[in-house]
Amino acid sequence: MAIMDKKGRSMLTSVPKEAIMKKLGFLAILAFSMGFSQPVTITYWQYEFKSKVEAIDELIRRFEAENPGIKVLHQTFPYDAFQQKVAAAIPAGQGPDVVNLYYGWAPTWVKAGYLAPLPEEWGQRIERDFVSMAQAAKIGGRFYGIPTAVRSLALFYNKDLFRQNGISGPPRTWEEFLSVAKRLTVKQGGRFTQIGYGIAPDGQDHHLVREVLIRQFGGRPYSEDSRRVLYLSEAGIRALTFYTDWVRRHEIGVSGFFPGNNGYRDGFIAGRIAMIIDGSFAIGTIQQGARFNWGVAELPLEKPGGRKANFGSFWMHGLTPLATGAKREAALKFLAFLTSEETQRYWLEKVGELPASKNLIRNPKLSLHPVYGPFVLSLAYAKATPFVDEAAQRKVMVDAINRTLLQNMDPAQSLRLAASEEQKILDQFWR
Amino acid sequence: MRLRLSQREALWAFAFLVIPLAFFLYFRILPAFQALWLSFYQWHTDPSQRNFVGLEHYARLLDDPLLQRALWNTLLYTLLGVPAQIGLGLSLALLLRAVPWGRELFRAIYFAPYITPAVAVAWVWSWMLSPHFGLVNELLSLLGIPPQPFLQSPAQALPTVTGVVVWQNLGFQIVLFLAGLESIPRQYYEAARIDGAEGFQLFRYITWPLLNPVLVFSVVIGTIGYLQLFTQVVNLNFTDQGGPLNSTLTLALYIYQLAFLRFQLGYAAAVTVLLFAIILFITLLQLKILTRRVEL
Repeated sequence: MAIMDKKGRSMLTSVPKEAIMKKLGFLAILAFSMGFSQPVTITYWQYEFKSKVEAIDELIRRFEAENPGIKVLHQTFPYDAFQQKVAAAIPAGQGPDVVNLYYGWAPTWVKAGYLAPLPEEWGQRIERDFVSMAQAAKIGGRFYGIPTAVRSLALFYNKDLFRQNGISGPPRTWEEFLSVAKRLTVKQGGRFTQIGYGIAPDGQDHHLVREVLIRQFGGRPYSEDSRRVLYLSEAGIRALTFYTDWVRRHEIGVSGFFPGNNGYRDGFIAGRIAMIIDGSFAIGTIQQGARFNWGVAELPLEKPGGRKANFGSFWMHGLTPLATGAKREAALKFLAFLTSEETQRYWLEKVGELPASKNLIRNPKLSLHPVYGPFVLSLAYAKATPFVDEAAQRKVMVDAINRTLLQNMDPAQSLRLAASEEQKILDQFWR
Repeated sequence: MRLRLSQREALWAFAFLVIPLAFFLYFRILPAFQALWLSFYQWHTDPSQRNFVGLEHYARLLDDPLLQRALWNTLLYTLLGVPAQIGLGLSLALLLRAVPWGRELFRAIYFAPYITPAVAVAWVWSWMLSPHFGLVNELLSLLGIPPQPFLQSPAQALPTVTGVVVWQNLGFQIVLFLAGLESIPRQYYEAARIDGAEGFQLFRYITWPLLNPVLVFSVVIGTIGYLQLFTQVVNLNFTDQGGPLNSTLTLALYIYQLAFLRFQLGYAAAVTVLLFAIILFITLLQLKILTRRVEL
């Protein structure tokens, strides 16, 4: 720290004069920004989801009250049209300055120029204050987004069905899980009328195989630098075999039991499925829909005391290349506000998603909560899959499962095809 | 210089035609050329960072198993769907013409699916086709047929989707054929009967040749429709679109996925150009083969 200024005079003596000048300058800027300049308007885009839209509306009201010079325009689109709108609007210069996106989309978006990196110094804040999976927003050494909330997976179970069948509590190991599921599966003729587990390869189960079973069985899905597929291993083959055996050997369920988008969740809510594995984002829907007692438990393990693993994910807020100059400053302020601890607390109450801050999830009130607890505890060991092309990589794993379930292919053979397909996707991205 | 009346009329007509022409050039033709241009570039939002890659995307077309699958599926949809909807449409139109009353009611019922949004149709059918709770399997079981997986089987999914699309298009097809049948003068039939023709002969020598314009229109429009199939496929299997195992993937859906889920707009544009070329080729071919002069 310099005590002397450039000309060698003591800084201490020159303080009053300098300070006065500074103050005057500051006042001038303040007067200018309040009286003469136009307020800055920034645009925020997210997909349509009732509780999130309401939460953001309220947060914008608070933010605008704190920052009179900034207006935030909030626009939403249906989920399945969201990326399409972004793809078309930003090149036309019409889109959002701040945008909400799934972390798995980020590399694709960055490569095509839809996201601008956050300032360097934000990286330190994210590494220090946020749960480790937030690192997935880092691409090529720079952060491109920051989450308000994160999610993990857990086992939802129908407590009433369990009690009626004399089952005392949720399964702790996969062995228990299978025996419970078998008892709760009902088949009439060739058709299931109730199933023990809601099989959903294209729901959350592809995550279950990739990030949970493979790791629990002692393997790793990807290399440290995320550029190599490692799941074509003994653990990988065991994981895919084990999972597909739920349908093929143990018959505790069948995929597409309830048709439609998220049929496994609908079937659980309808009381026809005893257990599902779903994300914390499903809590709200299940709370509203289920007319029975239900509970949440951490995912079963290979054996008591076995290795824990979970899949974590998040929606993040990023800056687009449209946010430049004064808009960029305003957008960064809004971004800081959206991801502050206070906002995260509000988000948990209003939307029901888990805070992304390490500090907040350490709160014992949260980890002991009957519904949030299992998810919060899982966050400690949850990993976010390093997607470079989420749509294509998801399909690889869903197809690996389906080749075995629908075409009776040997799991090892199916996994071999998957590994080579996915390696091609990774190579193409990183070349 | 004085213009003749017909010349003045023509001038006025041209003047008014310029407006829609400009509209078409700007909103239809220009974007088509932009797509062609885009297919030579690596997509980036910032035009200065769009790298020229020449024919690289077209080379990738040759070595893309998903694209080949989508092409094959699209062809299958067309080969199954077009003859089915024309055959059924013509049969039902002929039957409808023969019934003395209730024709309007029948026509309204057949037409209803056509005006129902494709998304709603897809959702209702995905329930009706469910292997566990679906009405269709309920009916099959009455006939002693075991439950079928339909949309969940890689082998059955494509014909099942085609069936839903045919069912949905049938009303429109029937209306087209009815209009075509109405336009055939009755005198031809009467004259033919006097000459001793009857039954199938009437159909073979009068109805069929005179329906040719409607038939050409139906084949061409139907083919284009199947080549662009998208909405029903997306909504019949929402979370695994084009699945299971890519068995229902179409070219249009693949273009959508490339462009808007994977942001590979350059490559998507190359596939679009391919689809455009296929449609143009098939349409010209059909017009050449099917259109013929009818002489009586």
